[in-house]
Amino acid sequence: MERCTVFKPALLVLLAAGLAIAQSPKTKVGKPATPADIAQRDHFVSPDGEGLPPGKGSAAEGKKIYERRCAECHGSQGQGKDEAPLVGGQGTLATPKPLKTVGSYWPYATILFDYINRAMPFDNPGLLTYDQVYAVSALILHWNGIIGEHDVMDASTLPKVSMPNRDGFVADDRPDTGQIKKKAKPRAK
Amino acid sequence: MNRRGFIKAASFGAAGLTAACSRAKTGVEEELPSQLGAKLSAYGERSKHETAKRLVPELKRPEIGSSTTPLAETEGIITPASLHFERHHAGVPQIDPAMHTLLVQGLVDRPVVYTMAELKRLPSESHIYFVECSGNSGREWKTPGAGDVQKGFGLASCSEWTGVPVRVLLEEAGLQKEAKWMLAEGADACKMFRSLPLEKVLKDGLVAYAQNGEAIRPSQGYPLRLIVPGYEGNTNVKWLRQLKVVDQPYMAKDETSKYTDLLPDGRARQFTFEMDAKSVITHPSGGRKLPGPGFYEIRGLAWSGRGRVEKVEVSVDGGATWKAAQLQEPRLPMAFTRFRMPWEWAGNEVQIVSRAVDETGYVQPSREELTDARGSNSNYHYNGRKIWRIAADGEVHSV
Repeated sequence: MERCTVFKPALLVLLAAGLAIAQSPKTKVGKPATPADIAQRDHFVSPDGEGLPPGKGSAAEGKKIYERRCAECHGSQGQGKDEAPLVGGQGTLATPKPLKTVGSYWPYATILFDYINRAMPFDNPGLLTYDQVYAVSALILHWNGIIGEHDVMDASTLPKVSMPNRDGFVADDRPDTGQIKKKAKPRAK
Repeated sequence: MNRRGFIKAASFGAAGLTAACSRAKTGVEEELPSQLGAKLSAYGERSKHETAKRLVPELKRPEIGSSTTPLAETEGIITPASLHFERHHAGVPQIDPAMHTLLVQGLVDRPVVYTMAELKRLPSESHIYFVECSGNSGREWKTPGAGDVQKGFGLASCSEWTGVPVRVLLEEAGLQKEAKWMLAEGADACKMFRSLPLEKVLKDGLVAYAQNGEAIRPSQGYPLRLIVPGYEGNTNVKWLRQLKVVDQPYMAKDETSKYTDLLPDGRARQFTFEMDAKSVITHPSGGRKLPGPGFYEIRGLAWSGRGRVEKVEVSVDGGATWKAAQLQEPRLPMAFTRFRMPWEWAGNEVQIVSRAVDETGYVQPSREELTDARGSNSNYHYNGRKIWRIAADGEVHSV
């Protein structure tokens, strides 16, 4: 699988000493995984786009495949049908009726590709080609007003899409209710 | 009781005694006539008189959804595997264990593929842990009053899990210095995955192949599932097929779009892994009816994703006064703890409620404390105290 490699700063000097564990195998049970073994199973896409496959597509190109494979559950315009809406909801998160959609809630466009690629269509995941996944991702982003109808999504453009709720998530700061006698054990950050 | 009755009661213990007594109209009678029982059987089934079952909702797509454990009909701390709650995102895959492999790769020196037979050769551990879906009791955020324990609390179960510590697998592979998180992926149709902090899975993560002494059942991840003690159920990835060591969380659909906790200001907490301390009285509880005034044992379950349950207090006056319940030992970290309290019901209307305190000192909050802190849009991680109202006629209702 061709990979879009992204330089990452060595921010992980932070590695806790506790993580350093023995570096030589003890049991040697199990077989070495070949690059082919890994390529066959590893379809993960990171938030910075690592793992995005080759291919491309635009919203305009995504309409036909959406109508055939997605509209039955998600509605003809992504407004939702049997499944929750994909479109709309921006500005509702702080109201009594928040509408969480790709446009109003999802923080990264990359995970839209990852999820459609790994899990959709519901009854036949893996059916779509990479071009089709890019095109349907583009369509949903377009319907949410995030990209233009003819903007091409690929391994280089998709990670750069600016999602409206990108900064809408905060770290776990529980416990947040009273009567705490001592602080709960901190979790790894 | 005659000799036969005595022997029968003695050999079957309390259950036999109860059965013998319940047959009698006026007391203990001899069971007549004697008959040969059923023959030997290769795999046990429960009595035809026992009917506890998971509650399976009617759904257009029954492959995605959840079924709940009848907690009020379980005793002790272990949930039978057949009654362990289900939460599937794309149905239960049918997996031939001879064909199933686990790939360990990413920021490691030696990526490895394990067959099931190879995994079972490795050093193993067994632990009793609860698994609770973070959506358990989620409806209480908006409309308190789940009718009974199963509907309101049944997305939690507790089992003994056996398998290989994640640490063993990652030691074999050799972690690289950038390693910080681990992705765990299932072999279900949607290939569900989660990102987990490496420090946690190295500490007590378990790649489990057995549950309560036998192979994990298909609905629980056969042949392999990840167990992340105390963390929200979704992270305990079923049908586990891949562990990838990475340098950052991958922001999976199920850790962004779902399983994030919306706060009143419109922001959402993310990676809220630990299940906070929680308890519920399972007897008497919603939907039951007490036959009349007199002695009852209040029973319930408590648990915490942050360690042991230190104390459970019970109130029989709606929370005005509290008394410590008796806790069943051993109290295990990140496992169900059974609590009990003897109680004499005078026959008047009362409200009963429990609250758990865990080893960190955290006290299970009231619904008001919880919604004051988080509003009512969170969906996940509801752990407020549950009040049951016992009416003068003995019927138990949700409050």
